[in-house]
Amino acid sequence: MTAKKVKIGDSEIEVSSSQTFLVIIVALLIVVVVTIAMSFYTIDANENGVILRFGKYHKTTYPGLHLKLPWGIDKLYTVRVDYQWKEEFGFRTARPGVKTIYSKNQYTDESWMLTGDLNIADVQWIVQYKIKDPIKFLFNVREQSGTIRAVAEAAMRFVVGDRSFQEVLQSDRRKIALLAQDYMQQTLDQYDLGVDIQLVQLITVQPPGPVFDSYNEVNRAKQEQETAINEASQVYNKEIFRVEGEAKRIVQEARGYAIDRTNRAKGDAELFTSVYNEYMKAKDVTRQRLYLETMESVMKQVNEKILIDKGVKSLVPFLNLSGKEVAK
Amino acid sequence: MRTGRILLLLLLVLLVAFVIASIFILNETQQAIITQFGKPVGQPVTQAGIHFKIPFIQKVLVFDKRILEWDGNPQEIPTKDNKFIYIDTFARWRISDALAFYKSNRSEMVGYSRLDDLLDGAVRDEIANHTLPEIVRSSDRPMIIQEVESADLSSELDSTQVEELDIPGARADIVEAIVKSVRKKLADLNLGIEVVDLQIKRIDYNAEVQKKVFDRMISGQRRIAEKYRAIGQGEKERILGKQAQKKKEILSEAYRKAQEIRGKADAEAVKIYGDAYNRSSDSRDFYKFLRTLETYKTSIDSSTTLILSTDNEFLQYLGTTK
Repeated sequence: MTAKKVKIGDSEIEVSSSQTFLVIIVALLIVVVVTIAMSFYTIDANENGVILRFGKYHKTTYPGLHLKLPWGIDKLYTVRVDYQWKEEFGFRTARPGVKTIYSKNQYTDESWMLTGDLNIADVQWIVQYKIKDPIKFLFNVREQSGTIRAVAEAAMRFVVGDRSFQEVLQSDRRKIALLAQDYMQQTLDQYDLGVDIQLVQLITVQPPGPVFDSYNEVNRAKQEQETAINEASQVYNKEIFRVEGEAKRIVQEARGYAIDRTNRAKGDAELFTSVYNEYMKAKDVTRQRLYLETMESVMKQVNEKILIDKGVKSLVPFLNLSGKEVAK
Repeated sequence: MRTGRILLLLLLVLLVAFVIASIFILNETQQAIITQFGKPVGQPVTQAGIHFKIPFIQKVLVFDKRILEWDGNPQEIPTKDNKFIYIDTFARWRISDALAFYKSNRSEMVGYSRLDDLLDGAVRDEIANHTLPEIVRSSDRPMIIQEVESADLSSELDSTQVEELDIPGARADIVEAIVKSVRKKLADLNLGIEVVDLQIKRIDYNAEVQKKVFDRMISGQRRIAEKYRAIGQGEKERILGKQAQKKKEILSEAYRKAQEIRGKADAEAVKIYGDAYNRSSDSRDFYKFLRTLETYKTSIDSSTTLILSTDNEFLQYLGTTK
């Protein structure tokens, strides 16, 4: 083994040839290990891998372990294709969870929009999309997510702008989401972005903050209207039930009167008939007796009785007709 | 021998440098033009992959091949009907001809400033030429707006009426016109730029108008609220009025029935009395007699002063027994 002089910079180091050999072996080993490490890659379950060879599209690989050419010859781009991407507009999720926390920041820039009748509505919505073509998604458009967000806003405002405030808030919510989805898909297809808009969903549609209260006022007024009507109906029912009862009472009373009247008439008639029958048997005596009995009871009742003999004439002028006052 | 080795090494380095200088790699997002002493030569290279050039003499200028973003600054523009609104637009464009683009713009940055001028100008022109409803709306479909009609108490409770508002819109046409005019200008100028699309992202009122709109919305809602309340009160009065009417109806009907029943009973009684008293002249006479006696009993009381003559039948024996 002969020693060898290796010049490094200004100094010379003596190395044995066996040492040189060792260094070369180690260096080679490192190169091989790094090369192998660079050549293997894994694609996760919901991903696709896109390989560019010398910058040109070479192939798409699917979940699993794969080989590629090292040292920058093959370049790998991974794209999550089997994943629902979500964009939020008008609000932000701060921390998702069992009880999701939303950011307290206001995003009225995004959510306030003009309606067709020139009012302002506060619309908050989400867009979910999938990357359906990773090659198109990677290479056709710069600023992919910025583009998706911008198109989403344009689409929503296009659709909302064609509808009245009333329609946006109530009747057309579903239609708006569907139309915005169509609009987005069409526009993004025009850009050949390779995404599939899965869902556009309106989360909150409401009057904007400064006018929110006045809309509640209307709801309160509706409640008041209902209450007034209900109360009146209640009073109505109560009173009418009572009056119907009263009407029945009046009729029943009349019926009572009728029975009373006819019964008394019958009784009187029967009494008369009985007395009359007896009277007819001894007419004069009975008449006399009845007369005298009556007179007896009448005379008993009267306190002041004046008897005048039939011979006395013109007594009347002296009679004190004004009673006790004159007698004093 | 040592100098020979060094020479060989030098040659190798030179060779590698030569090879590196004569190839260039474009990926899928790139395109390039080749310049020779600053002057473009040949056609732009748009294919991804390995390409060759003359080393050291030719230079490669790389441009983006993708669709690029352009986001306009919101600009305040008065509409044809004199409403001041902020229009926020965005566009998507691409370098369609790298050579022309290089000649007229040199860099992407200069390209952007050209686009700013063209797009902002075109947007301003079109917006200023249309009314706000035309800009906001995109069709002439009649819109439904809910209004509470004036309290119509005769109708049922469905007091909210549907009204239709008919303002034709032209948003799509406006956008199309903007794109068209920009495309024409781009073609005239030969900037190597293609505008793929332009969209109106946001239309906002300026702060002052926005406040007015909110005030209008609030007063509108208050008006509707008041109408609901008024209708409620009116309906209440109507129900109470109906109640008074119904009450009178029920009670008068009851009175009518009661009187009818009483009348029949009275008639019946008259008949019964008649049958009893009216069977002969004797019975009539006896009834008269009895009834008269009865009258004496009830009409003469302690306060009555009786003046009787002794020739009265009742007193006839007071003077004599005969």
